Amino acid sequence: MRVAAEMARTAWDRLRALLGDDAYDRYVAHRREHHPREAILDRRQFYLAELDRRWARINRCC
Amino acid sequence: MTTSRLARGALWVGIAIAGAAAFGGIALNRGESINALWFVVAAVSTYLIGYRFYSGWIATRVCGLDATRATPAERLDNGRDFMPTHRSIVFGHHFAAIAGAGPLIGPTLAAQFGYLPGTLWLLVGAVLAGCVQDMLVLFCSTRRDGRSLAHLARDELGRFGAAAAMVGTLFIMIILMAVLALVVVKAMAHSPWSTATVFATIPIAILVGIYLRFLRPGRVMEATAIGVALLLFAVAAGGWVDHHPVMRGWFDLGERALAGFVIVYGFVAAVLPVWLLLAPRDYLSTFVKLGVVFLLAFAIVVLQPEIRMPAITRFVDGTGPIFSGELFPFLFITLACGAISGFHALVASGTTPKLIARETDVRMVGYGSMALESFVAIMALVAACVLDPGVFFAINTAAGVVGADPVTATATISSWGFPVSPGQMQELASSMGEQSLYGRTGGAPSLAVGMAHIFGSAFGDGLFAVWYHFAIMFEAVFILTVLDAGTRVGRFIMQDALGSVWEPLGRTSWAPSAWVASILVCAGWGYFLYIGVLDPNGGINILWPLFGMANQMLAAIALAVVTAIFVKSGRLRHAWVPGLPLAWLVTVTTTAAFQKITSDDPRIGFFAAAQDLASRLASGILPPERAAVAPKLIFNLQLDGWLTAALLAIVWIIVLDMARGCWLHLSGRRIAGSTEAPYVATRLA
Repeated sequence: MRVAAEMARTAWDRLRALLGDDAYDRYVAHRREHHPREAILDRRQFYLAELDRRWARINRCC
Repeated sequence: MTTSRLARGALWVGIAIAGAAAFGGIALNRGESINALWFVVAAVSTYLIGYRFYSGWIATRVCGLDATRATPAERLDNGRDFMPTHRSIVFGHHFAAIAGAGPLIGPTLAAQFGYLPGTLWLLVGAVLAGCVQDMLVLFCSTRRDGRSLAHLARDELGRFGAAAAMVGTLFIMIILMAVLALVVVKAMAHSPWSTATVFATIPIAILVGIYLRFLRPGRVMEATAIGVALLLFAVAAGGWVDHHPVMRGWFDLGERALAGFVIVYGFVAAVLPVWLLLAPRDYLSTFVKLGVVFLLAFAIVVLQPEIRMPAITRFVDGTGPIFSGELFPFLFITLACGAISGFHALVASGTTPKLIARETDVRMVGYGSMALESFVAIMALVAACVLDPGVFFAINTAAGVVGADPVTATATISSWGFPVSPGQMQELASSMGEQSLYGRTGGAPSLAVGMAHIFGSAFGDGLFAVWYHFAIMFEAVFILTVLDAGTRVGRFIMQDALGSVWEPLGRTSWAPSAWVASILVCAGWGYFLYIGVLDPNGGINILWPLFGMANQMLAAIALAVVTAIFVKSGRLRHAWVPGLPLAWLVTVTTTAAFQKITSDDPRIGFFAAAQDLASRLASGILPPERAAVAPKLIFNLQLDGWLTAALLAIVWIIVLDMARGCWLHLSGRRIAGSTEAPYVATRLA
């Protein structure tokens, strides 16, 4: 039972990561660990900043 | 220990035997039909063996992938683009980025040669060339701080190489967008159901965009779930529109109107804020794309449809109705992305190297994703080959080739040895909820019929029409994503180039500059789209070979960069690993370009076709509606000829430049400093 729950949990996390659903959580974790004194963007600011960065270069193919 | 080694050995022998048996079954079968499962077994065994042995050898012996070496993701970690990520997620991201409409369309068109030539090259090409290219570019970029192909080209080949890579990239993007736009236009023309469904995807994407921006920022999972549910609803709602006497008329549009719409859409989507349309559409398209790939694989394995297409058709002699030219080189030009795609080099030197957590992951992400992409292409080939060959040709051949009325068209196709009747086509069209399926060139409608055929046999015949329009929606969603994302990226490349002429035009956030550059990019692909719509021969037969050549030439540029890096970084002994695919690509593209430029056959040569059309126009034998568009077509054919010549020149200059650099290096006259980032030990657990 516990193994099954663990597997479901992993699958869910992978799916979130694949779709980019966890991008903000990862960003916050990174800022806390490496730049603890600096300000952290809120969810909305981060989302907008990410969009501009992601869509300025080729990330889709034929 | 020994028993487990023995077991593993036995497993690989078993895979090899299964693959060989499936290949034998496919190649030697000359009976009525063959089960699609054979293709899956042959493909999967080939990928497994290629992955286990060739990529393993490349990883350890050629590249020397080192799990202890810190990757750019670790060294330059910024929590955003540089970020160590689990390899299965990098694999998913990379696959979602490289998988597009190319491997669906190319194999569908190439099915005119029969199923065997396409299957063989998709498998052999992927394992020995395509996967290798993706893996090596990813490796070179990962060792060099995740630099882009253009940057690597500048380091290894100088400024000219970089400029050529940029021009090549822009050109291939413009042709790609034109050909994909043409595919959607052909699928939507006079089909109210398809048009209504595809149009509905725009407000759905905007709704998802608003949800992600204002209601629940960044909650991609929820937003995608809502969006996908709405997309499925739009497929059903399209059917209601189709049956409604008034609304039906609103969406019953001709090709020229739809082309105009798509061009305006591309421009608007590229200048609107990204959050409103572009980003949410991409989330939806990625999800739908991955979903359909798995659904199709599942359906082919479980339902095991029968292949009706013969192994080899008479069209290998170059007289094919869908595109002309002999098997060599045009099979390779047409299949393009499913076997090797130059575009992948841009992703493998873009987002992906910045996410690789461990250098050894390069093998799975680079080689593995391309193997999966090739598998998608095999499935598209299967979906084309489960159709009756007569039906396949009736859908994919333009009216200008077989005649506009059903009786002439079916009689012509039947005379090739692929029997089909007007009644059969009519019955098929009405079961798919369409008025007519004749001359829907571009591959998307025939793929949709094939998918409906495969899925419909499992879920009941009544759902054919829904499956057909689901497949059209699926293709349209990511084709439109390529159009808006491509126009936007093209805009940035264009602004970069314009900025060197007049500095303010290079400021990406300055609105007038953004508008000018977007208009130029849209005008570029819009022009080719417009001509494609005018062309009575369907447009695809001109645009797809042009796209295929550009794509394969970009792959040659990428492999030339890798070969130069190999020679200069002490891997001379293994320089043949990228060098052989490079030699092959240069041979194929040179032959194809040469034929396209010099052939006397108006079906193949651009200039010959222009001359032929001009003489028919002058002698007055063209019907008035064809005579009206002939001058534009003549100009376009000549333009295509010159563009092909320019592309060919670029590739040869790069290859010769690469050879010169390697020669100077080897003869000790110039030691190029290796640009590889120095070794740093990883600290990741």
